[in-house]
Amino acid sequence: MSTTSPATPPSPSMTLDVSGTPAVPFLRLVSVELRKIYDTRAGRWLLGAIVLITAAIMTIFFFAADAPDRTFGNFIGISATPQGFLLPVLGILLVTSEWSQRTAMVTFSLEPSRTKVIGAKTVAALVFGVLAFVAALVVAAVCTLVGGADGGFDDVETKLFALFLGLQLLTILQGLAYGLILLNTPAAIVTFFVLPIASSIVFSLVSALQDLAPWLDLSTAQAPLFESFGGAGLTGEEYAQLGTTSLIWIVIPFVLGWIRVLRAEVK
Amino acid sequence: MIKVDRLTRTYGGFTAVDDVSFTCQPGRVTGFLGPNGAGKTTTMRVMVGLTPPTRGTVTIGGLAYHEIPNPGRHVGVLLDAGAQHAGRTGREILTLGAKTMGLPASRVDEMLALVSLTDAEAKRRMRNYSLGMKQRLGIAHALLGDPSVLILDEPANGLDPAGIRWMRDLLKGYANRGGTVLLSSHLLNEVELVADEMILIGRGKIVAQGDKKSLLAQSGPAASLVTSLDNEALVRALQAKGYAATPAGEGLRVSAAPVEVGRAALEAGVVLTDLRNGARGLEDLFLELTAGTQREGHPDAATQLTDQPTPSQPQQGAQA
Repeated sequence: MSTTSPATPPSPSMTLDVSGTPAVPFLRLVSVELRKIYDTRAGRWLLGAIVLITAAIMTIFFFAADAPDRTFGNFIGISATPQGFLLPVLGILLVTSEWSQRTAMVTFSLEPSRTKVIGAKTVAALVFGVLAFVAALVVAAVCTLVGGADGGFDDVETKLFALFLGLQLLTILQGLAYGLILLNTPAAIVTFFVLPIASSIVFSLVSALQDLAPWLDLSTAQAPLFESFGGAGLTGEEYAQLGTTSLIWIVIPFVLGWIRVLRAEVK
Repeated sequence: MIKVDRLTRTYGGFTAVDDVSFTCQPGRVTGFLGPNGAGKTTTMRVMVGLTPPTRGTVTIGGLAYHEIPNPGRHVGVLLDAGAQHAGRTGREILTLGAKTMGLPASRVDEMLALVSLTDAEAKRRMRNYSLGMKQRLGIAHALLGDPSVLILDEPANGLDPAGIRWMRDLLKGYANRGGTVLLSSHLLNEVELVADEMILIGRGKIVAQGDKKSLLAQSGPAASLVTSLDNEALVRALQAKGYAATPAGEGLRVSAAPVEVGRAALEAGVVLTDLRNGARGLEDLFLELTAGTQREGHPDAATQLTDQPTPSQPQQGAQA
């Protein structure tokens, strides 16, 4: 029965000898969080859906678009929409399922530093964002090779990749932020989808706000990104607008959510 | 090994844990007893850093929980066996724990074997587990890191009688090898059999603590229940010795320890057919000590969500 024998032999001292135990390394936490994404049926369905829908939408585009439009850049651009919808849900679930399934009790007893756990979850979600990006690249390349326009790879630009990936990762962070701040799956998902739409409606209907929209409304500020997939990059002003809206809609909610988790009583 | 020092936790106007102090020694099983909602779980949650204390401190082996590196290797925790993802298999739940703690996969198999979960059961998803299986899995999870301290909240909940006995033996053996065990329960009998030390808590306050003997010592004067072939002769013999005897059922209740009653019967030549200790047991003590905190007949205490602190009942344990 050595399996249950305590690590320390009986001793009169009341202290715990922790000198031989290093803290849990951050990368180990990341690998555990990565595993949590795909070790449930819900997680596997979501991942499968992301890959399948990306492939499906590219196939539809392949048949629907005119031959000259079947460029690598356009294929990538078209995959941004479904991935932008589904990857954040992955991030939301990674945070909120700990509370809805109450596994946070176990997670935080094994790693009391909640900041480290949130960090590991963020890295894990971003890793999946990068993987989805790579998958989109592969499918787009195949589509372009099979039936793309002549010179379908001509519009390939590193900047384009960077913008696409950057947008993807920002959206995932947004999902994580709403997950952290609400700690409730349905509420976080609804907020993630409804809030930007509501904001867009307000900014487009209230004429006094229209000029401010690029600086305050996330989807207005992100629009040039989508448009740029076909060609030109962003202006300095557009980058600045992307920055302010990301601060308002992503960074600040993320920080507030982080603080909420640090203070929350884990039930 | 576990030291709770003047711990208080309030929720608005409600005090869940009120100035609680106690110590759990290595090599001993400490039972944490109290009716539902007495503050046991809150105390244990503060121990592992899930709930911040309002006042006071808890240390494990001299360290605050968050100061323990890789705490799963030192402190085994089972607070709620149901707090696991319903969609994960039992094996996957242990694997996540083992990976976090940096343990080999073989440890998962060892723990599954230890708690008698078969391979087929380990492959089932948590939502298909019975409460007893969840408890076994939870105990396996707590033991994964080979800890020297165990903190278990209601671990026997949902276990069948054989399972309860298995767990009792497991915890006894664990403490005998030098481990520190704190287990909570609202069932006295369960704790009485395994705990070396007992802490009785009611409405957030400790009402009594000590080993079984010292607890019983404060439970009142000696008494016996006796039945004999000639009760009248026995009463006379007892009264001659100065003991009061009153009829109780077919026999007598005597204000003396069984040994005195036996001696009186021997001297009087009365044949006894039954002689038992009539002193109140731990259960009576438990009910009496926590009387003001029981839900029955005490609507104010019926819910933890009470905003107003209920007027404090005289704690009979305080003067005992």
